[in-house]
Amino acid sequence: MSKSIVMAREAIHISKPTIEKMAARRRTRQRRELVIESGLFLAALVSVAATLTILAVLLWESVGFFETVPLTDFLTDTLWTPLFDDAHYGILPLLAGTVVTSAVGLLVAIPVGTVSAIYLSEFASLRLRETIKPALELLGAVPTVVYGYFALLVVTPALQRLWPDLPGFNMLGPGIVIGIMILPLVISLSEDAMRAVPMVLREGSYAVGATRLQTAWRVVVPAATSGIVAAYVLGVSRAVGETMVVAIAAGQNPNLTWNPTEPAATITAYIVQVALGDLPHGSIGYQSIFAAGLVLAVMTFTFNMLGHFMRKRFREVY
Amino acid sequence: MIETAYTQDWPKPLKAESRNLSFSYGLGLAIKNLSVPIAEYQVTALIGPSGCGKSTFLRCFNRMHDLYPGTRYEGEILLYPDSRNLLARDVDPIEVRMRLAMVFQKPNPFPKSIYENVAYGLKVRGITDRRVLDEKVELALRSAALWEEVKDRLPAEGTSLSGGQQQRLCIARALATDPEMLLLDEPTSALDPIATASIEELLLDLKQRVTIMIVTHNMQQAARVSEWTAFMYLGELVEFGLTKQVFTNPSKKQTEDYITGRFG
Repeated sequence: MSKSIVMAREAIHISKPTIEKMAARRRTRQRRELVIESGLFLAALVSVAATLTILAVLLWESVGFFETVPLTDFLTDTLWTPLFDDAHYGILPLLAGTVVTSAVGLLVAIPVGTVSAIYLSEFASLRLRETIKPALELLGAVPTVVYGYFALLVVTPALQRLWPDLPGFNMLGPGIVIGIMILPLVISLSEDAMRAVPMVLREGSYAVGATRLQTAWRVVVPAATSGIVAAYVLGVSRAVGETMVVAIAAGQNPNLTWNPTEPAATITAYIVQVALGDLPHGSIGYQSIFAAGLVLAVMTFTFNMLGHFMRKRFREVY
Repeated sequence: MIETAYTQDWPKPLKAESRNLSFSYGLGLAIKNLSVPIAEYQVTALIGPSGCGKSTFLRCFNRMHDLYPGTRYEGEILLYPDSRNLLARDVDPIEVRMRLAMVFQKPNPFPKSIYENVAYGLKVRGITDRRVLDEKVELALRSAALWEEVKDRLPAEGTSLSGGQQQRLCIARALATDPEMLLLDEPTSALDPIATASIEELLLDLKQRVTIMIVTHNMQQAARVSEWTAFMYLGELVEFGLTKQVFTNPSKKQTEDYITGRFG
């Protein structure tokens, strides 16, 4: 080794970190990371905590309700009259109202939504698509109370021209309007799912002589099934939870019927109705809205799980 | 303008032929004035560097470009023996695609069962007779050398197969409708060497019954499977001739440079 290098080494002093110093730095770094991580975790926790709190309140108040009302009555009684002297607590009439209005809505939204999505994704020109999609999203920005009065003052009178016997309050009109309401959601999500189908799949179909419609129907739609089903399930959740439209236009009498031309109350409409009145805190009527809310929560939870399962079941690997 | 060199040999009989074919989309001219003969029951390879227009040329034959707006063909593609111009206005592109099937770069089985994948081309023609379908599906899978591997699991998803099997499934799908020509767009570029070898072997077998055009980036592949080779550069035909001639004794410097790996 030459002398000059040794000299240079003495001239330039480079401090080497000791193990202790490194450990100290690592500790501060770890502490800082921990703070950041906890902050992020807390932010993520907010939504979970909110959900859990809501569930806890629902359960807590429902427990009070079910101490008075046996679960069997709740599930089998065909009358829902918690505010009458002769009180009955059967959820079935409200459940029927919810099921019927949602079913009518889905009967509108699923076929119209799917066909529109196929058209937009596979047939429409780029320009048309770019015009229609924002317009659809605008439909989603209309306040639900407007939809409610639209059902009451436009759709029902129009239906009455076809069926003069149709009462002013019925489930058909609001059901149709719910369908229109969830249409943008169904179209937008299904269209996204179809557009995500790779072009090579379409070309493969065209290459053996398929038409546009055959390609859309036999290749694109099956390939996009998971996304389309997810769109339907989200649509169901929104239809089940829809409140203003049914509260305004379906009448507010609990009525155990599967006939959409009759007036009825849904679970949500009942909750609004009672929550607007002045019921004493802790009374059975007050508790009843939490029991009804619990049923609603269980329903949407089931649909979301179903949607999750379907998404996994039908997921395609390209 | 590149002056095209033709060797003295000329394919005969012809299955198809492009005459002064130009194709453009948007502003650019993608291929210029291409005249290439396609020999019946033989393999014609299209080679050239990326972007030379060889895939674009291939996709003219089954009018694939019609799917996208703003595309324009000039010149003609004649299909023999009836000398029909495939690009004529009164020719339905769907009919063209029924007669000239295509296999793509990446295997693209549909999200359906193996059976349904192969039967697809027949079903879109309205064939529903189960016996006919069964027979055609088996025949196509046998032709694609896939039958022995999948005969016990026809209801399984097409996507559950390996890459090489998927590509043979796509070939079976293309063969099921008895096309006159098979257009292959870099069919082995997504496959490993073993799967590639099995596809190449298959092509040698298939050309007894169907005329094949293949776009490839792989020089050895072109040399192995084709009788005729067209070398393209910048949208133009540089050289066309017997494969062994083009590869051993190219008449153009550009061809030689490309084949020997000096550019491209």
